Amino acid sequence: MMPGVINQHSSGAPLLRVRGLDLDFGSPRGRVHALRGVSLDVSAGEVVGIVGESGSGKSTLAYTLMGLLAENAEVTGGEILFEGRDLLRMAPAARRDLLGNRLSMIFQDPMTGLNPVRTIERQMIDAQHHQPGSRREKRDRAVAMLARVGIPDPQSRIGGYPHEFSGGMRQRICIAMALLVRPALLIADEPTTALDATLEVQIIHLLKDLQKEIGCSILFVSHHLGTVAELCDQVAVMYAGEVIEHGPVRDIFRNPAHPYTRALLECDPGRIRQKTRLLPTIPGEVPGLVGSQRGCIFRQRCGYAFAPCADERPAEYSVGAAQGARCHLLAPTSGVPA
Amino acid sequence: MSPLLSVRDLRVRFRTMGPLKALATGVRQPFIDAVCGVSFELRKGETLGLVGESGSGKSTVARAIMGLRPPTSGSIAFEGQEITGLSPAERKLYLRRMAMMFQDPIGSLSPRLTVRSLLMEPFHIHGMKDRDAATEADRLLGLVGLPADFGRRYPHQLSGGQARRVGVARALALDPNLIVADEPTAGLDVSVQGEVLNLLARLQDQLGIAILIITHNLNVVRHITDRMAIMYLGRFVEVGPTEHIFRQPRHPYTEALLSANPEPDPDAVIDRIEIKGEVPSLLKRPSGCEFHTRCRYAREMCAKVFPEPSQSGSDPAHSFKCHFPLEGRWQRAERSLVSPTV
Amino acid sequence: MEDVEAIRTAAQDRHDTGRLASFLRQLGKDPLGILGAILVVAMVATALLAPLIITHDPTRIMVGPRLAPPSLDFLMGTDQLGRDTFSRVIMGGRIALLVAFASLGSSLTVGLLLGLIAGFGPRWLDSFLLLVFDTVRSFPVIIFALAIVALLGPSLTSVIFVVAVTSVPIYARVVRTQAHALRNSEFVEAERCMGASTLRILAVHVLPNVIGPLLILVSMDVPLVITLEAGLSFLGMGVRPPTPDWGAILSDGYGYIHKTAWLVIAGGIPIVVTTLGFTFLGEALRDIFDPKLRKDL
Repeated sequence: MMPGVINQHSSGAPLLRVRGLDLDFGSPRGRVHALRGVSLDVSAGEVVGIVGESGSGKSTLAYTLMGLLAENAEVTGGEILFEGRDLLRMAPAARRDLLGNRLSMIFQDPMTGLNPVRTIERQMIDAQHHQPGSRREKRDRAVAMLARVGIPDPQSRIGGYPHEFSGGMRQRICIAMALLVRPALLIADEPTTALDATLEVQIIHLLKDLQKEIGCSILFVSHHLGTVAELCDQVAVMYAGEVIEHGPVRDIFRNPAHPYTRALLECDPGRIRQKTRLLPTIPGEVPGLVGSQRGCIFRQRCGYAFAPCADERPAEYSVGAAQGARCHLLAPTSGVPA
Repeated sequence: MSPLLSVRDLRVRFRTMGPLKALATGVRQPFIDAVCGVSFELRKGETLGLVGESGSGKSTVARAIMGLRPPTSGSIAFEGQEITGLSPAERKLYLRRMAMMFQDPIGSLSPRLTVRSLLMEPFHIHGMKDRDAATEADRLLGLVGLPADFGRRYPHQLSGGQARRVGVARALALDPNLIVADEPTAGLDVSVQGEVLNLLARLQDQLGIAILIITHNLNVVRHITDRMAIMYLGRFVEVGPTEHIFRQPRHPYTEALLSANPEPDPDAVIDRIEIKGEVPSLLKRPSGCEFHTRCRYAREMCAKVFPEPSQSGSDPAHSFKCHFPLEGRWQRAERSLVSPTV
Repeated sequence: MEDVEAIRTAAQDRHDTGRLASFLRQLGKDPLGILGAILVVAMVATALLAPLIITHDPTRIMVGPRLAPPSLDFLMGTDQLGRDTFSRVIMGGRIALLVAFASLGSSLTVGLLLGLIAGFGPRWLDSFLLLVFDTVRSFPVIIFALAIVALLGPSLTSVIFVVAVTSVPIYARVVRTQAHALRNSEFVEAERCMGASTLRILAVHVLPNVIGPLLILVSMDVPLVITLEAGLSFLGMGVRPPTPDWGAILSDGYGYIHKTAWLVIAGGIPIVVTTLGFTFLGEALRDIFDPKLRKDL
């Protein structure tokens, strides 16, 4: 690790700064505005969670940051500043250089990140192609990392192929591979969704420990409020392609300001303390994102919607010191109690 | 009153390789016991939750009840009648009175059929005329709260929640007495999950259906089931009234599962218990208590002696298989279950 | 992940347009597909209306001009016996299509049936049928054709028989693989849970999912069959003279190629055109109905 790099960013601008990111998908029926004006900061050494339901654009955002987008996707505006440089205006070669070096990713399905016909050893050595050192040293580092993530008998298991490992072990290998290069930022896209609950706890604890050891930042994408509450320092809540609320994890979970965040938290049966036969829901559906959007994106399902919600996209209003939400109810002049 | 469904010592064994290969490789037991001596009863209008991780055999129990996997031994009685080893024609008679919902909301709908034809399927299979079936299909759409024009859609044009509603409608089509629901909320967002569970609860209240729900989601189990059973490697390790188990789990595996069930509260999650390792392979069942390899309370005896079921002192309906059952109330469960008003 | 979101939105948008309309719209986006469709329609129409199109009796031997070049009277010239090549080519299209449809139709039916039995039947039957398919498939077509011709004599029936038998295993295997995958799918299990019989499951739920890719395969096999038929006739193992046939025209032309090239050209062009037509159409169908197959092939 180069301490200078960390200091430079922890003192000034955040490690990752996304501003006004717009992204469209071409579809037979028109352009789908999958991300609209997304802004997000990830400071050095911080774990930021992106929570949202399906169709919220949270995975699209993660993939955009990594530059892994489908052919029909197009970034139409905004900037992604990583360590002060705009990824969107960078030469492709320079951007590729960052991947698997300063920026790593783990996926929901571990097999996405693993090559099924190559041994773990070869893949982990190749993953270090940005690093100095001989093959021998790289292999030793790989073995040490596998031991660190809890693969039993790594000296001999490193010669195995991905299919010889269980799902939980594969995800551990992916984490080892992603963190082997000591990236500044790890992007984790629903890494525990496919795992059983007892394994999920193990992986979350592992990520937490490794994050502290390496000092990297993590952008943790999940639909699962419980894991986000456990792992993250900061949370951004996404809905239908927009970040509608963000702030420190305790504030978001204790004092949600946006009606959607509130409704989402209420829906989680894990938070309902009294046994109930009927569970709360959010009526309605996520709106289609084809064509231009007017007003607040959540207004059709919002119990508090009033006149301005239909016409004007709400600006971001700050709530408390570090929390912000896009809702007209929070406007100082609206006069309607939130 | 006799139970609606009574399962006695159910065993389901799968072959891991063909007989020739087993002979050639010298494997004596080319089988795994996916379900290993499971017994339970389900009464009219009751909801039982089967909880376990992947490989625990919970889905196999469901499939054995529906006649999709022939049991190796044991008995399954439905409405007092033994239903294992029936001919297809005999099975068809009882399949009118029980229905299953599958994990994948969209994948369990035949992809080339419209929603309307999908809803007419159960009626066609049981010999109803086209006109009547169409009327019934429209009634079902209304029952699960889908607009009538959804009848023209194909499964891939539905969202997960909508497809799940179609699944519920199909399960209800023939007025069953029992619904077996395999992970009915898998792949659904939390905001939609409630809709589906509420729908099931409402219909259960109206129609008095018994529900066997198979899930790994303990939050769901806590709210909608009357009793729950925790499965590990094809066996029940603990079974009892849901509230009892949440208040006072006796088996360490249950405790670990309850603890692994994350609460969306940044301050509540610090005391989670992490259990070691992964579920062992069914090919190599551990000796003695099968959970001892991962149990943080395991002692010498646990590796040697298989624990027989024992009853909880306060409630005979609550039984578990552990040599050293946990005592005392479970901390987090207490906090989340007891509301300030009680 | 992001694809899933985009695709779902797209699918929802499309829901009210009919299947045929959406199919035609997609076909319209593929210029080669349109060309293929036009060629195929033209070819079928020509074959059906052949008696109205021809200018001479294709089997009538005329004393006058032999191996004549194209003229207003003989649009493609005449052959060594003075027969009108144009009329023979047009009538030959009927033979080509007859062989293609008869042989592929029967192998499609038999292949579908055997494939479904193998895919849904007991394991031993599956293994046995697979063994049979592989045995038949390992036979070189030409050797097999020679044997059949030696047994049954050269005739149209022999050609149809050879093509049908050799393509059954290919279709049966495709059907078997698909049926096998569907057998354990959740929607088939769901049908079983409602008490549906195996026959009903096969007819209502498996068949519609298997038939699409199979028809694509068949449409791409049509040109293969037409060239095979022409090839067998060229070798004298197909239809008997004087029946007009593309392969026979080619064969005749080959014998007189030092005198005139017109016969070879006249016999070759329809084969090329038909091959291209069915191939383009088949590829377009494949791209529309089964994008997954496009990646695999």
